[in-house]
Amino acid sequence: MDAVTDRAWGVRLEDRALAPLSKTSWRYWVWIASLLVVIGWALFAYSYQLRHGLIVTGMRDRISWGMYILTFVFFIGISHAGTLLSAILRVFKARWQLSVTRMAEFITVVALMVGGLFPLIDMGRPDRILNLVWYGRWQSPLMWDVFAVLTYLCGSTIYLYLPLIPDFALCRDRLGPWAPAWKRWFFTAAAAGWTGTPRQRKALDRAMTVMMIVIIPVAVSVHTVISWIFAMTLRVPFNSTVFGAYFVAGAIFSGVAAIILLMAVLRKLMHLEEFITITQFRALGFVLGGMALVMVYFNLSEYVTSGYKMEAGVAFHFHDIMTGYLAPLFWFYIVGGLFVPVLIMALPWTRNIRGIVVAAGLVLAAMWIERYLIVVSGFRVPLMAYSARPYAPSWVEWSIFGGAAALFLLIISVFAKVFPMISVWEVMEHRGPEEVEVPAPATVTAPPRRVPVPVARSVETGSPQ
Amino acid sequence: MIIDLRRCDGCQSQNKPPLCTAACIEGHFVPDPMQWIEVYEPDLHGGGSQFVPTPCQQCQNAPCTNVCPVGATFATPEGVVLIDQERCIGCRICMAACPYDRRFFNWGDPPVPPEAMAMKYMPEHQTPAIKGTVMKCDFCPDMAGAGRLPYCAQACPNHAIYYGDLEEGIATNGDQVVDVNHFLAANAAYRLKEELGTEPRVFYIPGYGQKVGRSPFKRGRLATIWPWKKVAKGSETWTR
Repeated sequence: MDAVTDRAWGVRLEDRALAPLSKTSWRYWVWIASLLVVIGWALFAYSYQLRHGLIVTGMRDRISWGMYILTFVFFIGISHAGTLLSAILRVFKARWQLSVTRMAEFITVVALMVGGLFPLIDMGRPDRILNLVWYGRWQSPLMWDVFAVLTYLCGSTIYLYLPLIPDFALCRDRLGPWAPAWKRWFFTAAAAGWTGTPRQRKALDRAMTVMMIVIIPVAVSVHTVISWIFAMTLRVPFNSTVFGAYFVAGAIFSGVAAIILLMAVLRKLMHLEEFITITQFRALGFVLGGMALVMVYFNLSEYVTSGYKMEAGVAFHFHDIMTGYLAPLFWFYIVGGLFVPVLIMALPWTRNIRGIVVAAGLVLAAMWIERYLIVVSGFRVPLMAYSARPYAPSWVEWSIFGGAAALFLLIISVFAKVFPMISVWEVMEHRGPEEVEVPAPATVTAPPRRVPVPVARSVETGSPQ
Repeated sequence: MIIDLRRCDGCQSQNKPPLCTAACIEGHFVPDPMQWIEVYEPDLHGGGSQFVPTPCQQCQNAPCTNVCPVGATFATPEGVVLIDQERCIGCRICMAACPYDRRFFNWGDPPVPPEAMAMKYMPEHQTPAIKGTVMKCDFCPDMAGAGRLPYCAQACPNHAIYYGDLEEGIATNGDQVVDVNHFLAANAAYRLKEELGTEPRVFYIPGYGQKVGRSPFKRGRLATIWPWKKVAKGSETWTR
């Protein structure tokens, strides 16, 4: 590949990555409006719940947690997408994922923000939230959740921001003379004086390495302590030592599914076909298939060890999920969520982008159902001599769930308009400095500009639409 | 508390719903459908059944107090596990943690009769009930302080419920006083779900109501009612 086509490649990458920041079609506004309608409805449902109490949900004394807590677990689970892609894979010096790390990190931050709302929605007395500050007890697993989720949110926000700095600088440099003042102010502030000097690069590199190492144990601990709000109780299906690891594996599994779906959508909408190719899909598909096998293993460990002995509560639990009340959900999870994705990845003729997207969709749905199964089946096992109670989420719970999904998409959509959804400088670098680099300037000490900046095109970005 | 199951027939002989539950509901204005002391009817081998009045087990290693994020449920120095409904945030992790199904949530606006409204709230009697908070049997510490037995023990027509102090080692059912240690040992007392290590302070003497002439095969008890709930205006009730 010669330098000219390569430069053209870099220009296209910049173009495609930055285009959504300057151009907005009417379809985007329709999409935003429809999301706002769904969120508005969910707000109405929540205000209805505030007025009447949790009586408007399907929960009752014997199934005292339901849709809200399981959706909390689900969202915190998909937040593990970013950590896996940009931290775990980075540690192993994988480079194929660079073009989707930014999206994955956005999923992490947004999923944490949305998921973190659910314990509040689930509270009977949200007006007393500050009691957690005045009277908080660190002995409570719920308190561990508060600390873990907040730590993870802070950490992943920093980790999202660090690789954004050079891209903010790129946006700042590319702002045309007609760019609105707030944009200029925002990008200048966010770029934090980045000019790409070797010293800055070294500092950024070091900061990213530190965050990459720090964020992995934080992510693992978050989902472990989330499993512990269940595993610290004396209920039969929850009373399991494998719960923490099982939840972490499930979190990464659903996170990978989420990133595959998001990158498929953004690839189409932002015309990134050149930069997000079958390579990324196949690699993530294999991670997905591998995690499905890990999940199969955890399910076997859990069900075989408890099922072999068949204690009283376990017998009820097994009948409930395998042949009884929850059986359709359970078998959808096992077959649709674990075996079919493995099959799709195993067969060469389904191992294409379409197949992998289907697998990811199945996994995401199945993982939500898996959380549903864990929470509801755990509470269904009767503690005393009474018969198990059914649980069905009410319209309020469904509305708030829908609103949360819409909020998740809304924040992603808005962010896609403000931040470059591809880490331009990292993808450029990955392409190889000797190929992409602009011929060195006259002064030897000058920073190597890896990003070609054709002056004529700088007018486009930031021009009024 | 010691509950002598040999004397409990689920109030079949009275032809009434269990009177311990009824008295507790009357005394505490327990919202419908909570039964802080609930009479379960587990099966016996051979087709019969027994009645097990089940209050809060007042565990010495209480899972509920361990998990509360704000210390709203706590053990008093006397060992009674109480709930401060003015601090409770309604997260319900204590309900997940309780292995005895003895915690109840005010899902809606609880029915509160006018006389309960007039009472000053205290964790010792949990009246009036507060929406969005958890409630449970409180072992009537206010009654004990006044030198009286809990509502359930007072109301039991067969004197099946003994109430006393484990440290002093004496308990009474309102009819006779027993030496706790001797009474427990001599009657092979047990506790519910002993294997969980919760160390309940409620002991049971095994039986099926034989001392009050019940046949183990006479199943069923009358359903509990909340007689005063009609006078509570604008209230909501729900199913368990």
